[in-house]
Amino acid sequence: MDYFLTEEQQEIRDLARQIAEEKVKPVRAELDEKEEFPWEIMKVLAQADLFGLYIPEEYGGFGGGAFENCLAVEELSRVCIGVSVSFAASGLGAYPILLFGNEAQKKKYLTQIASGERLAAFGLTEAGAGSDAGGTRTTAVLDGNEYVLNGTKQWITNGGEAEIYTVIAMTNPAKGSRGASAFIVEKGTPGFSFGKKEKKMGIRSSATRELVFENCRIPKENLLGKEGLGFMVAMKTLDKSRPGIGAQAVGLAQGAIDEAVAYARERRQFDQPIISFQAIQHMLADMVTSTEAARALVYAVARFIDSDPKDVSKASAMAKLFASDVAMKVTTDAVQIMGGYGYMREYPAEKMMRDAKILQIYEGTNQIQRNVIGAALIKEAAGKKK
Amino acid sequence: MNIAVCVKQVPDTSEVKIDPETGTMRREGVPSILNPFDSYAVEEAIRLKETNGGKVTAVTMGPPQAGDVLRDVVAMGVDEVMLLSDRAFAGADTWATSYTLGLGLKQAGPLDLVICGKQAVDGDTAQVGPGIAENLGIPFVAYVRKIEEIKDGVMRVQRLIEDGYEVVEVKLPAVITVVKEINSPRMPSLKGKMKAKKIEIKTLDAAALGAVPGNIGLAGSPTKVVKVFTPPPKGKREVIEGAPAEQVAKLIDRLSESKII
Repeated sequence: MDYFLTEEQQEIRDLARQIAEEKVKPVRAELDEKEEFPWEIMKVLAQADLFGLYIPEEYGGFGGGAFENCLAVEELSRVCIGVSVSFAASGLGAYPILLFGNEAQKKKYLTQIASGERLAAFGLTEAGAGSDAGGTRTTAVLDGNEYVLNGTKQWITNGGEAEIYTVIAMTNPAKGSRGASAFIVEKGTPGFSFGKKEKKMGIRSSATRELVFENCRIPKENLLGKEGLGFMVAMKTLDKSRPGIGAQAVGLAQGAIDEAVAYARERRQFDQPIISFQAIQHMLADMVTSTEAARALVYAVARFIDSDPKDVSKASAMAKLFASDVAMKVTTDAVQIMGGYGYMREYPAEKMMRDAKILQIYEGTNQIQRNVIGAALIKEAAGKKK
Repeated sequence: MNIAVCVKQVPDTSEVKIDPETGTMRREGVPSILNPFDSYAVEEAIRLKETNGGKVTAVTMGPPQAGDVLRDVVAMGVDEVMLLSDRAFAGADTWATSYTLGLGLKQAGPLDLVICGKQAVDGDTAQVGPGIAENLGIPFVAYVRKIEEIKDGVMRVQRLIEDGYEVVEVKLPAVITVVKEINSPRMPSLKGKMKAKKIEIKTLDAAALGAVPGNIGLAGSPTKVVKVFTPPPKGKREVIEGAPAEQVAKLIDRLSESKII
């Protein structure tokens, strides 16, 4: 399918593909096995200018948008989403600054993130605050010129590896979700430490850790926007970033299809390649059709977001929901087509299937995405004139 | 530092097929790439620029489409490019090529260093690097695997030899050829790719270089190709099989039988 990419967009896609093929593919199994953070690859992505794709040129970025970012994420994901999530999570940490930061904050942090010199991360989830972000317990109390942070964030992607964290904490717990605020916290700040590295089912090369704040004092200037805007920051950030998860899903599904097709052409049973069997062809046909539909939706939503509309929640949730469900199904079917070999670690399909599951869980479970879409439907219907 | 790298567009040898009839390469439909050894030269030049400042100019000789490899190296971080292109350059051997590239390098301004890959993967002669040094009348070091230091106009390098390496000091300006142990070439960058799209490729022909007609192209090439052929397979051969110890024993028996030992 031709999505009529501009020359620049083609260059981005080709460059990300080249890096994925030459630098990621040869090491993905080892990174997964050793649960090792892909620093070497992060450096290559930085040198290739890919961390700045969606950051304006005035802050050293490329000046693209969500779509350009999706193209790069998709290509990396075709080979390994453990790597692509480490790349994309820096964007998730950067969006709050991009959307709500003041000029000084943008100048200081976005330039470092765009160059890839420092990775970013986003800290929202807590042990008791997953889908229900209103359950946030981490607090930030203003004391003179500093905020004092206390609490623990859980399952933070790029935790420990990133140097710039955007963190949601309660400045006025009595107000519930309207009492949350967003802050920038730098690694190395006294009182800010990391919990153990989590052992995961998939995306094992990525780092997932707790952020622990114990009387961590940060300058007052590190508040993003105003007090009380924390949840708005979080929601707007996720609205922007969710198509990126969709792009991960599309890339991953494509990678699984490529493996399954190659295998089915080689594998012979009953004296013929198994791809000659209709049972296999039909599975592949469904896999490729649903993946193309997911790609079309993700691209359309990313382009829609880049047109800067007022509300993108519904579209953004649809892209994440649909594409991640497709990726789970497609990777499972890829293992099925490859049979016993698909189940073995010698082949990449089992990793792809393990990796796929997280896409239905993180950045809002797919149940939450359906809630978002449902809520938007109700709102739209109520707003219509009779 | 003002550094020049000489690069060559070569057929992607992993894609090359040999015509079984004529024994020559089938070039049709084979993609052209930057000579892999030249990418180490480009990387080293860019690293030197990043450490010491200055600029990197890439020079190639070839038909207009050879400009593609110049765009490839700009995407990696090369600042300026020069294409030496003229029908009269066609058929050049290493002597005429070295002469022509030497003229081009003289136009690239006063240079501190010229870096080339150790050889091109199509011709495999490794003669153009030293030939350029000869034409420029400056020192030459082959097979550099590491640049240790550059100080007061002298460069200390490690030069790969068969059983190790030598440390050599060379006065700049100089020409060096580099081996793949020297570095790991970077990927292109997005900004580099954008620059590569727009860059104007400065093209110089024989007249612009002030080349002596008898020194360029086929006319200026002392090498005469008499015949290209695939050597016939050597006579009878025998494969000795078994465990290594058995193989050795059998080999010694066979050699003594044949009165070789």
